[in-house]
Amino acid sequence: MNLFYLSPELSLVGVAIVVILLDLVVPNKTILAGVSLAGLSLPLAFSVALWGTNATTFNGMLTVDQFAILFKLLIVAIAALIILASVDYAGRFLAHHGEYYALILLAASGMMLMAATTEFITIYIALELSTLSLCALVCYRRDRPSSEAALKYLLLAVLSSAVLLYGMALIYGFTGTTSLVEIARNIGRNAIVLMGMVLLVAGFGFKIAAVPFQMWVPDVYEGAPTPITAYLSVASKAAGFAVVFRVFFTAFGSLDLAFDWALVFAILAAATMTLGNVAALTQTNIKRMLGYSSIANAGYLMVGLAAASALGRSSVVFFLAGYTLANLGAFIAIIAITNHIQSDRIDDFAGMSRRTPVLAAALAFCLISLIGLPPTVGFIAKVYIFSSAVAVGLTWLVLLAVVNSVISAYYYLRVVKVMYLSEPAEGPFPSSGALKVALAVSSLGVLVVGLLPYPLMRVAEVAAAGLLP
Amino acid sequence: MPADIDGLSLSFWILAVVTVGAAVAVVATRNIFRAAIYLVLSFVTIAALYLTLSAEFLAAVQILIYAGAIAVLLIFGIMLTREQRAGSPSGRLSFPALGVAGLVAFALTFVILGSRWNVSQAPLPADNTVAIADALFNQFVLPFELASVLLLAAIIGAIVLVRGSKE
Repeated sequence: MNLFYLSPELSLVGVAIVVILLDLVVPNKTILAGVSLAGLSLPLAFSVALWGTNATTFNGMLTVDQFAILFKLLIVAIAALIILASVDYAGRFLAHHGEYYALILLAASGMMLMAATTEFITIYIALELSTLSLCALVCYRRDRPSSEAALKYLLLAVLSSAVLLYGMALIYGFTGTTSLVEIARNIGRNAIVLMGMVLLVAGFGFKIAAVPFQMWVPDVYEGAPTPITAYLSVASKAAGFAVVFRVFFTAFGSLDLAFDWALVFAILAAATMTLGNVAALTQTNIKRMLGYSSIANAGYLMVGLAAASALGRSSVVFFLAGYTLANLGAFIAIIAITNHIQSDRIDDFAGMSRRTPVLAAALAFCLISLIGLPPTVGFIAKVYIFSSAVAVGLTWLVLLAVVNSVISAYYYLRVVKVMYLSEPAEGPFPSSGALKVALAVSSLGVLVVGLLPYPLMRVAEVAAAGLLP
Repeated sequence: MPADIDGLSLSFWILAVVTVGAAVAVVATRNIFRAAIYLVLSFVTIAALYLTLSAEFLAAVQILIYAGAIAVLLIFGIMLTREQRAGSPSGRLSFPALGVAGLVAFALTFVILGSRWNVSQAPLPADNTVAIADALFNQFVLPFELASVLLLAAIIGAIVLVRGSKE
């Protein structure tokens, strides 16, 4: 047992506790956001220090490899941006700031563990840690939509956990072990294992917002506080894909089994992206629209999963990073705008290009990245993920994904059209410094990685290559 | 009675029928208070099932936590909720849901009965409680400690939610 391998998560939980305790004595609550941000440098530093390690500890339950560390870095970065984006929002609309930031940090520690654990029981507890923290955060506004969203999130989380545990129990019953590496040694292709795999896909499907566990997404995205919606849409999805990778490539990586689950993921990918994009067409609320967009993106990500290859793995990691930048950028711009206009309706974004030119330009740019047009990171990510699927002969799926991308252009560009071509209702307004920093980081990231994708691609390749087998 | 049915398997079948019957009653009854009582019954019979499997520590924990603490919480929750008599409303989807649940149950039963399971040949540990403690605090210490962080998050979340919103 080596506690240094657990140091990113341990330090993050420690920071969360410090934030709660500080909340008791500090009158100015903005300091808490600063402490949380500064505290995030600890897991960041420990993760960077661990880069290059390839080890397991706690009897093989915790794995420290580049795959895990890359996801830890991604989640730390997301948590930092979400905290920056929350400062204004929390000050205006929320109470109990100490607990708010602490829950964001605890959820992050759960998601970091999801990327690093290689044993069923630990995976389950890490997953519940992130889900329960997020559920309390979804409920934070305490008004009717927020409570309804939290209830739906909780009920579906419980249902999917039950399905997940049943799948884990079947696999354990056949192999006699909960360790992913040991499972890979004892597994065979038979009815129990196939049934267990189907149940696991369904259970994890909730986390990544895939069909048929996607119905919570629009309501929860609409009702939750907007920074938490952003958090759910990127961090929760990234951690969900990380754990899917771990389980399916490590435990069920043998060729005959990989063929089965790749087919399941291909069918789910087709259903998920089509449903997400078609439903997004008619949305009038921007948070709901981005909810369906997040479902559609889960579909694109599963295209890379269906490829079930090393190229597919690195393309999914790259896509997740690109999607995180673009989606966070879009949400931060939306938070900045809705903080002022107090409405999530797309029609109320009319004339934003004149009321707040920088925010409107950043939002438009991030939406263009979500469509997948150059020169953004979204373009590279889509080319990368689709080429990985073509390489293994999934041409039908890629054609469907391209058609879907064209459909998605309609609803993303409609927002741009409303912002640039409609008449503004009122005069210009300023936005806060913290939001500007967060927005600058994410939209510059979209541009820079879009123009110079190779360093990040290389990191994604290294991370994906480290994953067994 | 055939000769190969001994007392242990007879008690297993009785307990199994009562457990499943109570579980069905939880879902089928309209009165939510009765549903809670049926749930307690199924908790207790599951504890008895553990006893027949020589897992006496698990049986004690099952009684203490599920039949004791969780049942009390559940009944308090029902009593503090105002519209307790209304019960669950009848939905249009109950028959389709029954069909889907039946299909899933059929598929699972088919898989479980139709497969060859690897049965462990290892002897039972002499002292169950010691073996469980060893597993919890040595082999599975990471999830065990993580569960305390999970509880911390749940407590913080619950406290925030009952403390009320911003004035």
